[in-house]
Amino acid sequence: MAGELNYLLQLFVSGLSVGSVYAVIGIGFVVIYKATKILNFAHGEILMIAAYFCLVLIENFHIPFLIAFLLTLVFCAVIGLMIERFIFRPMIGEPVFAVVMITLGLSIILRPLTGMIFGFGNVMFPSPFPQKPIVFSNVVVSYAHLWTFIISCAVMAIFFLFFKYSKVGIAMRAAADRQMVAFLMGINVKKIFSLSWAIAAATAGIAGILLANVMVMNLNLSFVAIKVFPAIILGGLDSIVGALIGGLIIGVFETLVGGYLDLYLSGIKEISAYILLFIILIIRPYGLFGTEEIERV
Amino acid sequence: MLRSKTFIETYQEDLSLFRTIWIKFWMAILLMSILLFPFVVGRYTLYMINLTGIYIIGAIGLNILTGYTGQISIGHAAFIAIGSYATTILGARTALPFYVIIPLSGIIATLIGVLVGLPCLRLKGLYLAMATMSFGIIVQYVLFQWEGLTHGALGMAAPAITFLGFNVDSDRKFYFLITVIVFLLGFAAKNMMRMKIGRAFVAIRDRDIAADVIGVDLTQYKVMAFGISSFYAGVAGSLFAYYTTHVNPEYFTIFLSVEYLAMIIVGGLGSILGSILGALFIGVVPEWLRIFFGFLNNTFHLSGLVFTQQLKVITYGVLIILFLIFESGGLFAIWQRMKTSFKSWPFTY
Repeated sequence: MAGELNYLLQLFVSGLSVGSVYAVIGIGFVVIYKATKILNFAHGEILMIAAYFCLVLIENFHIPFLIAFLLTLVFCAVIGLMIERFIFRPMIGEPVFAVVMITLGLSIILRPLTGMIFGFGNVMFPSPFPQKPIVFSNVVVSYAHLWTFIISCAVMAIFFLFFKYSKVGIAMRAAADRQMVAFLMGINVKKIFSLSWAIAAATAGIAGILLANVMVMNLNLSFVAIKVFPAIILGGLDSIVGALIGGLIIGVFETLVGGYLDLYLSGIKEISAYILLFIILIIRPYGLFGTEEIERV
Repeated sequence: MLRSKTFIETYQEDLSLFRTIWIKFWMAILLMSILLFPFVVGRYTLYMINLTGIYIIGAIGLNILTGYTGQISIGHAAFIAIGSYATTILGARTALPFYVIIPLSGIIATLIGVLVGLPCLRLKGLYLAMATMSFGIIVQYVLFQWEGLTHGALGMAAPAITFLGFNVDSDRKFYFLITVIVFLLGFAAKNMMRMKIGRAFVAIRDRDIAADVIGVDLTQYKVMAFGISSFYAGVAGSLFAYYTTHVNPEYFTIFLSVEYLAMIIVGGLGSILGSILGALFIGVVPEWLRIFFGFLNNTFHLSGLVFTQQLKVITYGVLIILFLIFESGGLFAIWQRMKTSFKSWPFTY
């Protein structure tokens, strides 16, 4: 009985760690969705590129992890700005379908491109965290997972404070709420769009590096972002808090399913989140914290 | 061959599929060249054209759902997979002839499409995109894992086609089979989109609530759009299984769905001709690039320059983005413009 409970606790802890990364990725989706009402299908690819970029900085240029981490964030923000400036700025006012399809096109361009530049094989990320796990009574946690959790929580806290109290954050919320009014109030909406993309890309960078620490690194890293769809739908597409809670729930759910059902249905862990997504969409498509859209003709 | 503008004077004329004598003339020329085509080209070209014919069927299906009805689907590959596997499984376990199996595969895909369409009724836009994408991933997982039915990663062999005692096995014979089906389904789609159904679909795309108000039953027509689209995908999958003789779950990835989306975006959303043009374009462009790269290789001796699968995927992505930014009507819009400017030449204003 105690063993059972330990197993559950163990799964729960690693689920929280994975879920916290999902939450960080989810924030990236939500920030762009709130500002521009589009879903960025290329988010996973930015995340993957960030991980590779950081790897190259560490391996080939021997830059210490922390500096490489910061440089990667800057690099990602620049990518986000460029995508916004050259691809999405011209598309303002076009139908959502067109814009979303462009992000999809971008994602299938970036994937093979990354492979061609950095190689298609598996690589090991030189983890800066000690290999030896920590043991809390009976639950074993690796440093990588622990740090992932801590950094993710820090990122989420920073975002929460940023949107709640900083002037720019409030401006972003205003622009997300009603573009025209925000514009008339003297908010530079274009700048807000650029900033949203830069911030989203930077969070993707953080998530990419964190994931590279706990996963085998290859081109499939970008698929993790697709797995976050259930999380942001559960939380509500336009809610930062929702992304956080949704991410944690999906992470724990997935790990529990993997831990208990994998014996009977191998690989069920990989798709459990998508099955959950279907169920959420049927029951509550606007999520736990999202705003229910009321349509008028 | 200057044509004046045509005026429609009777209802009969308004209803006709090909309105002027010139359109009939060009259609006859087109038909002739389609019939003669397999006798003048090489085997490889014919193989590519056959695959393109299969793509056309799938693209028409996706265009009905996404282009006409406005329901974004990133899970089209799933329905094609269902059609393919229905064919191989039916072929392995029953002795049904191919002209039963092909429509039956379509119907099986339709049933599953309707099942998926029902929960997706309340969704639209991005939510639907995510739901269909998830469905695609789930189907691929099932194909990999349900080894009793699908043989998992090993894939399955498709049955051979025999028709009135002779085997449909060469590329040329397949060409005629595929062409006939493309024509049947193409005309069916063209007519359906002119009918009440098509107009209801377009009304839903343009403003679903307004469509509801003027009496379009949203539930019925959305499910119908899912069903029809899946039927086309199922038939395309079935033909694909027959033609390539072997199916494997690895083929039906999300990239296949994106490839189909590329076809309808490049060809023109909400247009049957657009689906055909798009499928041809998407089929042909990588071949041109491959030949062009080979040419560069031979002339400049750049051994590293090979047109790989990766470059093909990148090409699709670039095509999607360029068309959406610069010509959102796709090839169909370009074609229309050319036609109009020819029609009214020299008064092109």
